[in-house]
Amino acid sequence: MTAKQHFDEMMGMAEHPGSERAPYRGFNNWYQGQDPAYLRKKTREAESMFRRIGITFNVYGQKEAAERLIPFDIVPRVISAQEWSRLCRGIEQRVTAINAFLHDIYHRQEILRAGRIPEHLISQNDAFLPKMMGLDPPGNIYTHIVGVDIVRTGENDFYVLEDNARTPSGVSYMIENRETMMHMFPELFSQVRVRPVGDYPQSLRKSLSACAPAMTQGRPRVAVLTPGIHNSAYFEHAFLADKMGAELVEGSDIRVVDGRVAMRTTRGYEPIDVLYRRVDDDFLDPMNFRKDSMLGVPGLFDVYRAGGITIANAPGAGIADDKAIYSYMPEIVEFYTGKKAILKNVPTWRCSEADSLAYVKEHLAELVVKEVHGSGGYGMLVGPTASKREIADFRKKLEAKPGNYIAQPTLSLSTVPIFAKEGLAPRHVDLRPFVLVQPDKITITPGGLTRVALKKGSLVVNSSQGGGTKDTWVLEE
Amino acid sequence: MLGRNAGGLFWLFRFMERAENTARLIDAGFRLSLARPDDGQGDWESILKTTSSLQSYLELHDEVESNAAVNFLLRDKNNPSSVMSVMSSARDNARMVRTALTQEVWEAVNDGWLTVKDLLSRAVRPADLLAALSTIRQQSAIVRAALHGTMLRNDIYDFCRLGTYLERADNTARIVDVKYYVLLPSVSHVGSVLDNAQWESILRSASASRSFRWLNGGDINPRTVAEFLILDRQLPRSLAFSTAKLSTNLEYLVEQYGERVPSADLARGYDVRLRAMSIEDIFENGLHEFIQGFIQDINTLGNQVEQDFRFYG
Repeated sequence: MTAKQHFDEMMGMAEHPGSERAPYRGFNNWYQGQDPAYLRKKTREAESMFRRIGITFNVYGQKEAAERLIPFDIVPRVISAQEWSRLCRGIEQRVTAINAFLHDIYHRQEILRAGRIPEHLISQNDAFLPKMMGLDPPGNIYTHIVGVDIVRTGENDFYVLEDNARTPSGVSYMIENRETMMHMFPELFSQVRVRPVGDYPQSLRKSLSACAPAMTQGRPRVAVLTPGIHNSAYFEHAFLADKMGAELVEGSDIRVVDGRVAMRTTRGYEPIDVLYRRVDDDFLDPMNFRKDSMLGVPGLFDVYRAGGITIANAPGAGIADDKAIYSYMPEIVEFYTGKKAILKNVPTWRCSEADSLAYVKEHLAELVVKEVHGSGGYGMLVGPTASKREIADFRKKLEAKPGNYIAQPTLSLSTVPIFAKEGLAPRHVDLRPFVLVQPDKITITPGGLTRVALKKGSLVVNSSQGGGTKDTWVLEE
Repeated sequence: MLGRNAGGLFWLFRFMERAENTARLIDAGFRLSLARPDDGQGDWESILKTTSSLQSYLELHDEVESNAAVNFLLRDKNNPSSVMSVMSSARDNARMVRTALTQEVWEAVNDGWLTVKDLLSRAVRPADLLAALSTIRQQSAIVRAALHGTMLRNDIYDFCRLGTYLERADNTARIVDVKYYVLLPSVSHVGSVLDNAQWESILRSASASRSFRWLNGGDINPRTVAEFLILDRQLPRSLAFSTAKLSTNLEYLVEQYGERVPSADLARGYDVRLRAMSIEDIFENGLHEFIQGFIQDINTLGNQVEQDFRFYG
């Protein structure tokens, strides 16, 4: 349990109860006029809508419930225009720095020469791809799509938790959650002016097309590369391809033909200009990366090197969202933009360093300890809510492989109400806005994916661990 | 369009058609078995044969028995041709080709799968069987309606139709094949009550009972039933009708792609041959041989379509 005070985005700090914060006024006015029984009925309706549309995610290793719904909560998470524009400035700065960092790391490595980041952190990192050295991706963009995970701890306190620079997912929920809300409560949207999110797929298509290789003829041909229908995010892959009007391809559909990456159509092979890949680097090209992979396209990387295709995000971009690199983000932002980072980093102890490790071992019960390369909320310890036994078990893992872990203080995450049995009840949330990068332009869709820990007091928002989602509103000016 | 997607559409509609046809076969078998003193063991056996699942049935059951056969055909996960298995395969294919389908078609397939999954989550009691079968047919009809009402008439549509008609031609041919001996004109059979029930059941399996009466009045005999199922050009489940449609849809593809393919020639050849045939020719050369040859031809055509349009490589 978090005994600490936390900031509630609807009601403000818990010690000052009273009226709601301004951004929630419109919603609350509407909510006060609703019959709880009716809202409960609507909640069930939302669930059956999701199931019909097929917005499910697959859980690995659970045969019975192979396709599950992410629970949806009908109370929106509201962000004011001012809050949003400040967030946007911070995100833009950070994403610009990430691209500059990637370009530098795969070229002259000035930041290493300047001694701002230890060299071994790059050279001995699995996410670093030596094959990318000296290669210039079309448009000089490495991270075409970024999902920046942000948490809030107070009226003006935002922290970046993670920069997802590989293949961030969840954007289909951003869009479908809004669709569902508008379907269920149309009158709410005539009372509160919310900025739309539905044009994301078109923006994505435009942004990807703007990064097409120079040899593209006519309208760039965009394809989404998916591992297939059994992948946990398959719904999203199909959704985005569909809404963009792009082909949804699997590894078995594409091969290298006459120096281009081409897909097998009913009339023969046709070249692809931009490949929005939703597979990991390892599965891109068995000839150049993992030899045992059946998922990739032999020779794809050679075409890439020759400038015959755009791969979004670029191979090797993962070095930028590595958890060990994360702790250096303030330096990285400053090094490339010449300014202090607008968005804060969570203080991070790198357990590879002896002093930090000693501190972390002393304070396990207060910290969140994460695997450097982990994701999805697996393999992490949330000290304040863990049992003595769990802490003891984790300590062993940590001592065995300290370099594998980083630790952060447990932030007192903000809460937003959910519609629970007893009415509105606060639950912890995070936020993932989606950022599109093209040469000379960064587009941030006003909104994002709000994940919410549905269990009272829980800080883990991952869908695989009992988290749900909410519609995220950015208000018009 | 991706070759894999063309294949996915083709199989999506083969599976939808198969689910519907299996439901219809069960319906016919169930009604027939009610009229039998022996629970219709022989009839269930021929239905299992028609769906090529007799062998896998006998691996799990000692004898052919009405209730076990119904549940095996409807919902057994070990039976790849059960309605449930086939609906799941249809939905997997629909998920795979999601980008080629309209929202309406996808939702109809997904809804159908959710409905049937729920319907068949427990063994179906005889008292609920006919209602369950009718629900399955309705779900298939909704998918078909969504296809007709919302899809562009382009190559995507043509691959859907090819899957439907190829499966249908094959299914109707199998119904005739398994029952060919009752359709042979033999003096001893004609007019017996039992055989009237058999013919009725065959027509029902092809959803052709009412239309048969409408066209032929009360004159039910093996020759007219066989002629109707094989050669009638109005019956949407006859071999002649399905073959003609296969040819037409392949010609549309040839036109859209501006390139002649071997499968179009094959289908046109089959169509021309069937048009020139009379039921007397067929009986003279052997009904059984004719049907066997037809099933073989349809199989060859399917393989050729798969190659011509690069479903797999």
